[in-house]
Amino acid sequence: MKLTGAEILIESLKKEGVKHIFGYPGGVVLNIFDVLYDQKDLELILTRHEQGATHAADGYARATGKPGVVLVTSGPGATNIVTGLATAYMDSIPMVAITGQVPTMLIGNDAFQEADIVGITRPCTKYNFLVKDVNDLARTIKEAFYIASTGRPGPVLIDIPKDVTVAKAEFKYPDKVDIRSYHPTLKGNLWQIKQAAEVISKSKRPVIVAGGGVITSGAAAELKELAEMTKIPVTMTMMGLGGFPGDHKLSLGMLGMHGTYFANMSVHNSDLLIAIGMRFDDRVTGKVEGFAPGAKIIHIDIDPTSIRKNVRVDVPIVGDVKNVLKDLNKTIKESDHEQWALVRKAWLERIEDWKSEHPMSYDQGDIIKPQFVVEKIYEITKGDCIITTEVGQNQMWAAQFFKFKKPRTWISSGGLGTMGYGLPAAIGAQFAFPNKLVFDIAGDGSIQMNIQELATAVLHKLPVKVAILNNCYLGMVRQWQELFFNERYSSTCLVGTPDFCKLAEAYGAVGLRATKPSEVEPVIREAIKVKRPVFMDFVVEQFEKVYPMVPAGAAIHEMLLRPKAEEPKKKLLKAVK
Amino acid sequence: MRHIISVLVENKFGVLSRVSGLFSGRGYNIESISVGQTLDAKTSQMTIVTTGDDMIIEQITKQLNKLIDVIKVADLTEFDHVEREMALIKVSPKAENRAETLRLVSIFRAVVVDSSPKTYTVQVTGDEKKIEALIELLRPLGIKEIVRTGKVAISRELKS
Repeated sequence: MKLTGAEILIESLKKEGVKHIFGYPGGVVLNIFDVLYDQKDLELILTRHEQGATHAADGYARATGKPGVVLVTSGPGATNIVTGLATAYMDSIPMVAITGQVPTMLIGNDAFQEADIVGITRPCTKYNFLVKDVNDLARTIKEAFYIASTGRPGPVLIDIPKDVTVAKAEFKYPDKVDIRSYHPTLKGNLWQIKQAAEVISKSKRPVIVAGGGVITSGAAAELKELAEMTKIPVTMTMMGLGGFPGDHKLSLGMLGMHGTYFANMSVHNSDLLIAIGMRFDDRVTGKVEGFAPGAKIIHIDIDPTSIRKNVRVDVPIVGDVKNVLKDLNKTIKESDHEQWALVRKAWLERIEDWKSEHPMSYDQGDIIKPQFVVEKIYEITKGDCIITTEVGQNQMWAAQFFKFKKPRTWISSGGLGTMGYGLPAAIGAQFAFPNKLVFDIAGDGSIQMNIQELATAVLHKLPVKVAILNNCYLGMVRQWQELFFNERYSSTCLVGTPDFCKLAEAYGAVGLRATKPSEVEPVIREAIKVKRPVFMDFVVEQFEKVYPMVPAGAAIHEMLLRPKAEEPKKKLLKAVK
Repeated sequence: MRHIISVLVENKFGVLSRVSGLFSGRGYNIESISVGQTLDAKTSQMTIVTTGDDMIIEQITKQLNKLIDVIKVADLTEFDHVEREMALIKVSPKAENRAETLRLVSIFRAVVVDSSPKTYTVQVTGDEKKIEALIELLRPLGIKEIVRTGKVAISRELKS
């Protein structure tokens, strides 16, 4: 039987096991939405902005590991998803975005709501397609899911002209695809893995640096085995948080620009870095020339272009992290690794000294400290929840003070640093796990970038908890201005911010506010108790800064540390009530 | 150092843009690029001339390999190879230099493919040095316009 393009699309998505599509309708996708109207096992989640749809699909993908699916119309609908695609692309998140396009014969005519979205998104997708013939549609969708979710994952866009959604073709969904020019390397080279084991056996001051690849490939267990067997401490990039238990005694927390003192000192003084599924981003390395000067580097990554891109590498291993770690652990098990722990005793003691010299800290006084809020959420939930964040200070405090124990419980825009990510991502994660507690740790700046999605949460009765660390500033930029721009706060003071509690109520959500430290815990407990979306407005210390901080152009051991008993220098602006 | 990179790609629309976008997006330089169909109508061969240190060239070849539509990448600079380029040069010599122009054309085994009372259009093929040499000799005689194809290159087969 012949089906229309719109029907083929929906049937294909069902074959891929898709249950939720995040999207927004429009002129050229009307036929597709008409087919969706009758679906029972496939739900379209109507967001309030296409950008929100992409971040929701992204949050869904990060929480589950399965590709998130987006469906929007042509022109502005399509251009509105660009930020979401770029966010997913930078963090290697599997996503399939379907955009409507003007009818084939109008393409290139500057038709109404026409945009060359394939051209626009070429640099921010792993691959993209324009489907000109309905007979190619099913195979294209199969290829899109395959490309998005294999190798180093990423977003794939399919642009479908309106006439293709109407045209009919026989529907046969291919069982498998073979793309002759696309064969990701999954198994690591065994000789290289032996080399790695050899180098590890000889090192006296090794550190493991775990990145997002550990999460992507589901290698947390293998990583833990490696670290425990060899007694090597583990630091994580921001994308790697959750890949190794944050409360483990071998955990050094996050490294890099806002990494812990002990993680950065360990990396700087190491003689071996075992980099696993990470790409030596500039926020991780600081000044590259000064990065880990005495260390050999073993670099495991599925993407060959990540290796030797930013730093020299002594033992490169291309492959899927899980496979490589399995082989590496096996090789090490067969060696005399019991001896190694003795050699490394001094190293671990030195790290303990660094830990006690400068632990992660803050001083909680009369005004709520943002770190206190994060710690309270951790304490009350016992870490058993999904945390999404916006971008800025809120994100760094969440990364520093929440101890992530499991993969896929930390959902944050790393590479692109997209403000407005957290709320829609929390919505996506909540759809994936309706019974889990999902918190969005937000700032008063970024929450306003996709605040319209609160309507989506209310409509679908998603009990997401948004903790706004409200300091009336674009805090991270303000921090830079304070430290490096002579306290000239150009365009960072957010006057005119709405009353978040009233705003939440206007949307039909719950608004709660804490202005004193003693109110923090009751507010969080109340928020968890109500089974509805909640905005928690925490009026926090305005001039609090994220420490440690590696200034731009410095090496990562050259950190600015928290000054003792810091006094707020400025007269505090009155928090918006 | 200058490298000649030969890239076998799927013959689809948008592939050239993916390849050129890779170079522009990462700040690499393309000196010349030429594209044409191969024996198999479903594939095209690109010959890209680029410059960079070892780390950049390694990135370029890896990034090219990463593109979904790229089937094969070879840095021909590492192998024995033949490279050729063609140029069309429109010369407008003074009357007294028209004979000299034709003499140069014949020395370089080039051909005149169009002539008018005031101009000759010269077609020359060869490696870059030869083309540059002819251009330098014709320049004082008065060159109006030059069009060059960019390089194509192919690896040499083993002789035995």
